[in-house]
Formats: sequence, C-alpha cells, structure tokens
Amino acid sequence: MSSIAVSQYSNYQSRVAHNRATSEPAWIRWTLIGITLAFLSVFLFIPLAAVFTEALRKGVETYFAALVEPDAVAAIKLTLLAAAIAVPLNLVFGVAAAWAIAKFEFKGKSILITLIDLPFAVSPVIAGLIYVLVFGLQGWFGAWLIENDYKVIFAVPGIVLATIFVTFPFVARELIPLMQAQGKEEEEAGLVLGASGWQILWRITLPNVKWGLLYGVILTNARAMGEFGAVSVVSGHIRGLTNTMPLHVEILYNEYNYAAAFAVASLLAFLALVTVALKSFIEWKIERDASNEEKLSEQ
Amino acid sequence: MSIEIRNITKQFGNFNALNNVSVEVPSGELVALLGPSGCGKTTLLRIIAGLENSDRGSILFHGEEATDRDVRERQVGFVFQHYALFRHMTVFENVAFGLRVRPKKTRPTEAEIHRRVHELLNLVQLDWLADRYPPQLSGGQRQRIALARALAVEPKVLLLDEPFGALDAKVRKDLRRWLRRLHDELHITSVFVTHDQEEALEVADRIVVMNQGNVEQIGTPQDVYDHPASPFVYKFLGNVNLFHSRVHAGRAQIGDIEVALEGHQDTEDSPASAYVRPHDIDIQKTRGEQPAFEAVISYVHSLGPLVRLELQRADHTDIVEAELTREKFKELAVGEGDTVFVSPKNVRVFLDQTA
Amino acid sequence: MTQVITANHPPLRKRKQKNVLPGFNLSLGYTILYLSLIVLIPLSAAFIKTTELSFAEFWETVTTPRVVASYQLTFGASLIGAGINAVFGLLTAWVLVRYSFPGKKIVDALVDLPFALPTAVAGIALTAIFAGNGWLGSWLEPLGIKVAFTPLGVVVALTFIGLPFVVRTVQPVLEDLEAEAEEAAASLGANRWQTFSRVILPALYPALLTGFALAFARAVGEYGSVIFIAGNMPMVSEITPLIIITKLEQYDYAGATAVAVVMLVISFALLLAINGLQWWSSRRNGSAR
Repeated sequence: MSSIAVSQYSNYQSRVAHNRATSEPAWIRWTLIGITLAFLSVFLFIPLAAVFTEALRKGVETYFAALVEPDAVAAIKLTLLAAAIAVPLNLVFGVAAAWAIAKFEFKGKSILITLIDLPFAVSPVIAGLIYVLVFGLQGWFGAWLIENDYKVIFAVPGIVLATIFVTFPFVARELIPLMQAQGKEEEEAGLVLGASGWQILWRITLPNVKWGLLYGVILTNARAMGEFGAVSVVSGHIRGLTNTMPLHVEILYNEYNYAAAFAVASLLAFLALVTVALKSFIEWKIERDASNEEKLSEQ
Repeated sequence: MSIEIRNITKQFGNFNALNNVSVEVPSGELVALLGPSGCGKTTLLRIIAGLENSDRGSILFHGEEATDRDVRERQVGFVFQHYALFRHMTVFENVAFGLRVRPKKTRPTEAEIHRRVHELLNLVQLDWLADRYPPQLSGGQRQRIALARALAVEPKVLLLDEPFGALDAKVRKDLRRWLRRLHDELHITSVFVTHDQEEALEVADRIVVMNQGNVEQIGTPQDVYDHPASPFVYKFLGNVNLFHSRVHAGRAQIGDIEVALEGHQDTEDSPASAYVRPHDIDIQKTRGEQPAFEAVISYVHSLGPLVRLELQRADHTDIVEAELTREKFKELAVGEGDTVFVSPKNVRVFLDQTA
Repeated sequence: MTQVITANHPPLRKRKQKNVLPGFNLSLGYTILYLSLIVLIPLSAAFIKTTELSFAEFWETVTTPRVVASYQLTFGASLIGAGINAVFGLLTAWVLVRYSFPGKKIVDALVDLPFALPTAVAGIALTAIFAGNGWLGSWLEPLGIKVAFTPLGVVVALTFIGLPFVVRTVQPVLEDLEAEAEEAAASLGANRWQTFSRVILPALYPALLTGFALAFARAVGEYGSVIFIAGNMPMVSEITPLIIITKLEQYDYAGATAVAVVMLVISFALLLAINGLQWWSSRRNGSAR
C-alpha cells in the first residue's frame, strides 16, 4: 500500500512488451490507458487542480491574505507543533518496534504486528473519542485533571495525542519489512568487531534503512499535519487556540469563505505533493542502489 | 591461541544441529570444518564465535572457560559467508570500524587508525580500493576486504564461514591458495567452514569431517583421504565405488573374486560394504595373475588429463567407475564395448551395521 | 534415544538461551509500553465505557433506525467504493506496469496522493467539482445525476480515499510475475484473453482481495472527506462516524461509545481478515512481502 517497493522493476517493458504473443494490440493498449487516465482524472487530477484554482480564484492578494491572517497563522503553528511532537515519538517507537520484530524471534510476534496496525483500522473519529473517554470531563482522569488544572481535551495535548494515534503505525510499517529483508549479518559483524548495541544501531542498522526511515517520517508528517477526524473530536474548535490547519479549512469553508478555505487547503495539498514526490525519489534511489549492487556482484 | 570444544550440543526445535561435539584446535593451525549442508558446521562455527549459544557443553580459549563470554570479549575475527560488509561505508571505513567503536580509552588515534587500515589493505593487496563502497567491488575483492576487516581488531582466532562459497571456480582457487599463504605468514589460529572437500584438502592443516551434527573424523588431509574412518567420510571425500561383499577371516569376497584385507582377521562371515576409489581400479586387457572380474566398458568420458570409464560387471548388475591417466588409457587401447578385466586395489571394508 | 544421551551427561543442564544481539528487552519493552499507552489502554476505554449500558440499552442505541441507516450507507458506499477501486485499481496497476505512455512516472507517483492528501482538503475539492456549479457537476446535473450532497457523493469520496490501496498491492505482484508463464501459455495455444483470465488473474487474486479489503477498511472509518460532500441528511446521507460525533456533541458519551464499539468490532474483524489475506498472498507468491 504505502510502503516503498523493494522489488526490482519488471523486465516486461524490455522483453515482452513488443512480443505479440504476450502483449495486446495497440488499440487495446491505448483504450486501457485512456480509461485509466480518465478514471484518475476524475478522482485525482481534477480535484487536485480544483484546490489550486479555487484558492487563486479571487486573486493572489486574497490568497496570501488568507495565509497570513492571525487565525491561519495560529493554525499553521499548532499543526507544526503537533507534528513536531508526534513524528519524533512515532519515529522512536517505529525503530524500537522494528528492531525487536526484525532482529529477534519471539512468541506472539504476529499478534504484535497486528496490534501495531490497529490504529490504521480504527476510524479517526473513534480515535478522538477514546481520548475523550480517558481524559474528558467525565473520563477516567477527568476529575483529577480538573483538580490539578490540566487540560487535555479541547486543548493542545489532546490534539497531539490524537495525532500520535492516527500516525502510530507508519514508521514501524516502513521499517519492519526493510529490516527483515536485510537480515542480521551486518549487525553480527558489528558485534564481532566489538561494537555496542547503540553503536550497531547508529552506525550500521539505521544508515542501512535510512531511505525507508525517511519515507516513514515524511508519511507520518503528512498524515500528522493533515489529520482531521480525530483532531476534530478532541479540539473543541477554538479559533486561534486549538484549531489546526485542516480544522481551520473546515471553519472557513462552513463560513462560505471558499477562497480562504482553499488557500489554506492548497498549503496542505502542496505538502501532499512534496510527500508523493519524495516517495518517488526515494524509490528511485533504492531501485538504483539495488540494480548497481546486482550489476557489480555478478562480476 | 588454542580452541577446545567440549561436548557441544545444540538443538533448533526438534532438530539436532550438534550432537555432543568435541574438537580441539591447536594454536596456530588452520582447521576446516567439512560436511554437507545441514551437518551443523556453521552452527558450530557460530557457537565458537559466540554468535549462537550452545544448549550444553563448553568452549575453551587457550584453556580458559569462554562459554559464557560475550562475543565482543572473545577476540575473534569472523568472516561471514556473504561477507556482511557495511554497505553504506567505504572500504576504508569498513576496515576501520572495529577500531573506531572501541571505548575512548583504548581507541587508537586517527593517525594510528589510518596507518593500521592501510597496512591491512596492503596485506590483502587492495589498498587502491580504500574509497570504494562494497557494492562497487567484485566478489573476490569483497571477500578480502571482509578478511581485512576481521583482522583489524587483531583477533586471537579467525573464523571463516564458507569463505569461498559465493565465488566462481577460478577466483575460488586463487583465493584459497592466497589464504593459505596468508595463514602461513600470520599464524593465527583459524577455523573455516566448507562443503567443498577439495578446498578442505588443499588448504587445511587438519580436517574435521561432520555429518548430521556428529564429528565423523578428525585428521590431516592425508589421513582422512587415505584412511577414512567411516563409509560417510569415504563417500564424502571424492568418488568411490561401493561393492557389496562378505568378510571372513581377513578376506573379502567381492563378486567372483577375493581380496586380502588389513585387519578383520577375527570377523566371521559378515555382510560388508567394500569401498574402492576409481583411481584404485586396475584394468587389464587380459586376465592376469591378480584376482579380477570381467566387465564391459559401457562409456568412456574424457576429462582433460584423465579418462573415466564406466564398466558393466559381468557377474553383477552394478556399474564400476574407474579413472586412469590418458597415457594409461592409450596404452590399453580399448574402447566402448570391449571386455576388460578389473581388479580393485586398496580395498577398504566396513561391516554392515546389524540392527 | 534422547534419554540415553541425557543420561550420559547428568550434570550438564540445558543452558538458558539468551539473544546474542543486544537490545531485545529494551526495544520490545518500549514497543509494548508505548503501544499500551497510546493504543491499547485508550481503546479499552471504549469497551469499558459501554458496560455502563445494559445490553438492552446498548442494543437499542445501536439499532435505532437512524443509526441503522448510517450503517447501510457507510458499509454500502464503502463496498461500492472498494469495488470500483478493485476494478480500476487493477486496470491502473496493469497499465502502469505493462504499458508506457508519456507522463507515466508522474501518474504513478500521484496514485499515492489520496494517502498523503488531508481528507478535509479532498472533501472540499471533491465537493467543489461535483457541486451543481462545479467542473463536473455542471455536466452531470443536466443528465439528472446529482453527486454532491447525496449518497453518490459519499461513494465518490470513499472511492477517492481508497484509490491507492488496490493499485499498490497489485502492482508489485504484477511486476514480479514471471514472463515465462505467459510465454508458456501462449506457446500452448492460449489467446491473450485466455492467458489473462487463466494465468495472470488467478495469480493476482490474493493481492486484489487484500487491496479491496484495505480500501474497504479505510472507507468504513472515513470521516473528513465525506462530511463535506455528503450533505449529512439523517436517514439519507449520514455516515456512522458522523453519528458518533453528533452524539458526542450532545454529550451522549455512552451512546457515541456504543456505536463506536460496533464499528471497532467490525474494524478488528476486517484487520484480521486483511492479515489473513496478506499471509495467504505472501505464501502464494513465495515471498515475505
């Protein structure tokens, strides 16, 4: 799904595509390409284009005005803050989980992997709800929190927690298959040469999975900044205080301030485009490294 | 430093990887652990290194108990089968790794590290590759870098897992001679794992033949080849002809002929298997004085300097394989379909196990 | 046999196995701790909260007509969306792997966009183009097809967010298919369609089904992209996650939780099914992916 393709690119293009027995006539090929592009246009390209055209509909000035307006700036700051906390935490978790799962055998491993996937299957709305149940006024810690004057729900900590929850699996899901594929010979080599556990992690394991790690971080970041449902439940929608960028988009949209809504949305869309571009770049990088390695090891 | 392996047993689930294995490796020797895949040789090597724990038994280094010693404190150099070079580091950094990860107190200075790494790269004759990355090297070069990296920490023991396994035939031959010379220079106690009998016979001072988690025989290459201790060793080291025979009072009955044996004087009429190497099969055009059975040449395979004959015995359905030099073959002047007289020499007999 | 061996070495106990690579206890311990704090304990709160209701109350809450209508919409639209993605995702994967055309690399990269694009952005963008005055809506409405603010809009949104899943599960399998199998089929006299339906498609089934299930699971819980385009009319275009939010806004925590628990149970079942499918898929393909 989201993970980086480790496999080699197929050899179909070079070998089979022009062979009549294993390819289709040109008119079928172009019809299929046409249908695919039409489908992707309706569901991908046009919506994407719409974000930017709607954002600029009332001119560049309105566009930038919407971005520098204090509430927008506050929303951008809060979004960055939530991501700045959630991403490192999930990064550390992802590395720890991948280390345990990829380098060791233990009972219940597949259950653990399933549990790590769990937040992916849970509706973001429910993700928000469960934190309300724990930290809300009537929740488990509600009374204690009021007594000590802490606020989690309808405040920044709740937003951060919800963000952590919805982006929980991404780094781990990127790293586990990569680290499993690389085996543990290099780590053992480090061990025999006298390296400590941390030295092995920093100098051998992490550099080897750096691209997958980077993609996991980028994806986590994109999802963290863009999360809507879960954050919506715990935020309380207090303008200038607990509004993240997606929530700010919603408020502007519901006030029929479309140009401003799309202006803020265009920032998020831009972030998504950067994410997708980086993913392609990383895949290209991994593919190139792999094919270089293959070419040379045959000598 | 000598290594002593005492009663090592290791199980993986229900699989007996090692069965009460004991081996002694004298200081400064180059020892081969030889056996088919799955015989436990790699597991044993990893246990010596401390990369695997044994279930029972102990490992002694230089007479000192080392069974529970951490890998990092064992002072072993380990060369992995697929080299396990650090992909993201240059050749130089790979070799320097073991020095760089030392605690500050014992870590050599940067200049010292440079000197040592280049010294080692010179030793493996690859100093010119210092700035390359492992993926840019050929298999043979990677192998030598892996060796240099292992030697950088000045190990007391060098362990090599199938050091030539991933290389093609030509490189493998060059490299194993080079390893032998290197060992003669450094004299570091070394153990290497291989499934290639030729490799073990050529390189090692001593061979440990293993099969299904057991040690079948320990001895010099000459020893294990000339005096195999078991049918397994016979079959594993080189080609061999197997004859079903009966042994009685120091003589073995093979088909129509009888041969004298060393030993087995007290054996009374027991079923046995007789082993003869193809080059110990003597072929004559006419029946001579020595006991021989009649056979027809069914195939002639020419193998460079050697000629291999497949012989169909007249008294039995078995095929006998014989190897002779091209010269001898020319002298004989026989071809496919001709009848010849075959007499086995250096027959070795093992009594069949009675259950 | 074993007993005999043990008898030979009575003093040698079997040694306790420890891992040679360091950090197992630390990494696994941290993993389980963090997982418990962030995911497991809060999730258990939902189940514990439901126990405040009697079973009758619980049942009544989760089966009121308005809630049932939302299930029908959520699951129905998710199923249709995932179905559309199964068909077009397979087609897209096929075209991306087998054919070349200008801009293919960009198209390939953009397939991931729904995964990276915030759902609220997707929601307002889809609404903008499918509304009566939008780029596509202004074409469709004269034909009598209303998309925005109808259940059809929900299907559109759920198709959008599920788009990458089928493509990205089928694509690697299609890339790894051996060309020889197709060549063999051709040499045995099969025409192209027979080769596709009898040789290629069966090999893709596990991946296709996995992608379908992933798209479905994602769609069922989706909230952000749907609420803008759905119109959110009770009994008509109101999805289950919105019901939960509505109940929360009315401070009906128990009610919201009850509905959430129904969804959670279904999500868990889906997750298990997906894991089973992936296991089946990797076994079929003989790889660890």
